[in-house]
Amino acid sequence: MKLELRGITKRFGDFTANDRIDLLVESGTVHALLGENGAGKSTLMNVLFGLYDADEGEILLDDEQVNFDGPGDAMAAGIGMVHQHFMLVHPFTVAENVMLGHEGVKGPAKLLDLEAARATVREISDRFGFNINPDAVIEDLPVGAQQRVEIIKALSREAKVLILDEPTAVLTPQETDELLDIVRQLRDSGTAVVLITHKLREVQAVADTITVIRRGKVVGTAEPTASQEELASLMVGRAVSMTVKKKKAKPGAPMLSVRDLTVIDEFDVVQVDGVSFDVHAGEILAVAGVQGNGQTEVTEALLGLVTPAAGTISLDGEQLLGKRIRDVLMSGVGFVPEDRTEDGVVADFTIANNMILDQFHNEPFSKGLALNPKAIADAAEEHVKQFDVRTTSIYATAGSLSGGNQQKVVLARELSRQLKLLVASQPTRGLDVGSIEFVHQRIVAERDAGAAVLIVSSELDEVVALADRIAVMYHGRIVGIVPADTDRDTLGLMMAGATEEANA
Amino acid sequence: MTAVATAPVSAASVLKPNYRNAIIYGVIALISLVAFGLTPHASASTRFAFARPTDFVQIPTVTVPSMATALTMSILALGLAGYAAWAASGLRKVGAWLPIVFGVLVVIAMLTWAGAGKENTSMQVTGLLTGALVASIPLVFGALSGTVCERSGVVNIAIEGQLLGGAFLAAVVAGGIADASGSRTLGAYMGLIAAPLAGALIGAVLALFAVRYWVDQIVVGVVLNVLVVGITNFLFGTLMRDNPQLNQAIGLSALPIPLLGDIPVLGPVLFRQNALVYLMYIVVIVLHIMLFKSRWGLRVRAVGEHPKAADTVGIKVNRTRVRNTILGGAIAGLGGAFFTVAAGLAFGKEMSAGKGFIALAAMILGRWSPKGALAAAVLFGFADSLREQFGIIGSSIPSEFLTMFPYIATIFAVAGLVGHARPPAAEGTPYKK
Repeated sequence: MKLELRGITKRFGDFTANDRIDLLVESGTVHALLGENGAGKSTLMNVLFGLYDADEGEILLDDEQVNFDGPGDAMAAGIGMVHQHFMLVHPFTVAENVMLGHEGVKGPAKLLDLEAARATVREISDRFGFNINPDAVIEDLPVGAQQRVEIIKALSREAKVLILDEPTAVLTPQETDELLDIVRQLRDSGTAVVLITHKLREVQAVADTITVIRRGKVVGTAEPTASQEELASLMVGRAVSMTVKKKKAKPGAPMLSVRDLTVIDEFDVVQVDGVSFDVHAGEILAVAGVQGNGQTEVTEALLGLVTPAAGTISLDGEQLLGKRIRDVLMSGVGFVPEDRTEDGVVADFTIANNMILDQFHNEPFSKGLALNPKAIADAAEEHVKQFDVRTTSIYATAGSLSGGNQQKVVLARELSRQLKLLVASQPTRGLDVGSIEFVHQRIVAERDAGAAVLIVSSELDEVVALADRIAVMYHGRIVGIVPADTDRDTLGLMMAGATEEANA
Repeated sequence: MTAVATAPVSAASVLKPNYRNAIIYGVIALISLVAFGLTPHASASTRFAFARPTDFVQIPTVTVPSMATALTMSILALGLAGYAAWAASGLRKVGAWLPIVFGVLVVIAMLTWAGAGKENTSMQVTGLLTGALVASIPLVFGALSGTVCERSGVVNIAIEGQLLGGAFLAAVVAGGIADASGSRTLGAYMGLIAAPLAGALIGAVLALFAVRYWVDQIVVGVVLNVLVVGITNFLFGTLMRDNPQLNQAIGLSALPIPLLGDIPVLGPVLFRQNALVYLMYIVVIVLHIMLFKSRWGLRVRAVGEHPKAADTVGIKVNRTRVRNTILGGAIAGLGGAFFTVAAGLAFGKEMSAGKGFIALAAMILGRWSPKGALAAAVLFGFADSLREQFGIIGSSIPSEFLTMFPYIATIFAVAGLVGHARPPAAEGTPYKK
């Protein structure tokens, strides 16, 4: 089936999310829709899927104009969509989720025909080697399996066009590879696949055609053979360097000293097991490791969010343990949490208020019992400019921003204090190329200004790009601290628990 | 990349035995032992009557020694507490039978104690159970109403008002028709039919504000409750005062079911009731099957859990919610008929007396399922009936405390279970595209 969009325009108030977009998707091909977060890719697909009404433009299926009154119509016409946030009912089983909306019934009482739904799930699961049990409850399934359920859902409705919205945002590298294999299988069986993404590697791996969208407009098409730099510059609108530019570090005296840090969680599991390390002023120490090996707990202990069972933490000779979190922050610690939407910003607060969350009790932001809106607004305007936060107003809620812009809000707040130590957990997770570059520059700038920087990242690329030294964590212990130019194979082995000496 | 590591693995090995329930059982059993087992006079006895003189099968009244019986029951309960502790120590699961048997044992001990030494009166077991069923009727309908609404994502706090509205309209229609046609039976049945309309109307108002205008559902519900009290009080003082024929004590007559009604004890309790009770059985069964086995039920539950997911597969979220809120209102309205035409009483001001709120508790305790709602409502009804029995038999417990008893039972039951109960994820949240 051929899908064609002609001149699709969608506005939200004054904001034009899609501006006269044309798109042609042929069956048996993978069409990548590449663009940064907030470029309007998801809006376009929601228009196509009948969730939004387009203000202008038309949708054609096999050269015939169609009009979708809702997702039900779009699905009936053969369009399936796997949303970035899965549309699965958590307490339901796989079979119930797959049948929902087009349930088969049987018997005189017209009760649900679960057996037929199970058979459908088994059939599709076997055809693509998904290994999904139709009676599994969604909330018990790992994210990768949930995504396959979404694909089964679309295929069970005979989808000829399958839209995948940022499908790899929540997947581990291994799950990503599995998904790309599935995409290839779907293409070979004649499905037209639309892959919405901002990840260049995936585009290069599976796309047959690439359309790049920037700020709501189609800015060009590219061949899958295009280099990452070419794609990135099309997407961002300017040349983007894929490596972090930084000068050689000039480490000073040890700024942060952690000794024998041990953290035991509420279930009596040892999460951090006698960890010791130093971070010098003017140096970036990056902690590598597969997620869940104690990195999160180390950063939380530094800030005082968890109380360690043993050990000491000193910053510039001053003991941090036992201090209130506010005092830790005020003694010069900046903290970028791992989950920015949960812990980084208050989604319902304005951008301006989010930017002074740490300092609202200080002058000039407050005086006596009252906040000073003027000072808060001035500071926010300044920060928005300085950190290039893309928003219509400083009074927009933080929740309305894209991930990259939320992270800029967090950075603007944390870097507005005079820092001795910056702790950043997964600083660029889920961000687009432009934002990643910006965040990396800021982190390096903080190092060059003389702060000690501790980065935790599960992306090896990021660790290697930023680090002056690399600490690898495994099962709550630091396996070793190695120079930044250590080769990846060695780092990989260390992440699996092999010690440095054993490799040497 | 070659490294594939796993997260720390020790997490699974830290399951600890949880003795909380066993300790609660033990404490209750000990209280039962001391309060019910040791206080009756050693020579006192308790009489239990299982049949009324009119019953088809006559079972002789049983007389038991109070102290020995109460002691035996308490010791058996203590044994069950011990069993629960043993099961907990080995991380074994105990079935649902344990709390039920435990409860029955303690209740028997309590009844034996309450009736001890009262040679002239006997504990009316049939009466106690009938009372429990009757007291549970408005709770069952209210809890079903809450279940139908909340499963679709709308919180219905207006059950109280819907019960009251149903009671009022049933009385007015019953009175009016009886007056016009001269047939009190016809009036009563027409009242029963009218009652759901009042509830549905209140449900429609709730749906309008909650679904269309996104007003906080709890606030709307509370306001509706107050509004219904105001309207019915006003009409009670004007319309009903000026037209006494609109507020007569008209009741549905009992319709004993042949054979089933003659079963000892259970027959009179379950099958010698009026049409509303039989309707209740049907509504519970039909709703339970519909909610969990039908297309309608699957869609309703999807809308209450994840409305956007339902929308993306072509289900009209807001239409579903409006329909369910009105249906829920109608069910509560039908339950309201209990107070007037089913009980054979005239309408009185605020006669729903908080039952709508207890019904919400029954809904939570029943974990948002019709079957569970029935069980929880009967439990609360039993507490209510117990209070009445104690009053009749002349118990030494102060009557004020007895009045509190059903509510205390409610609080304990809900507090003990609410941690495990998971409401529909999207309840109370308007669906905005």
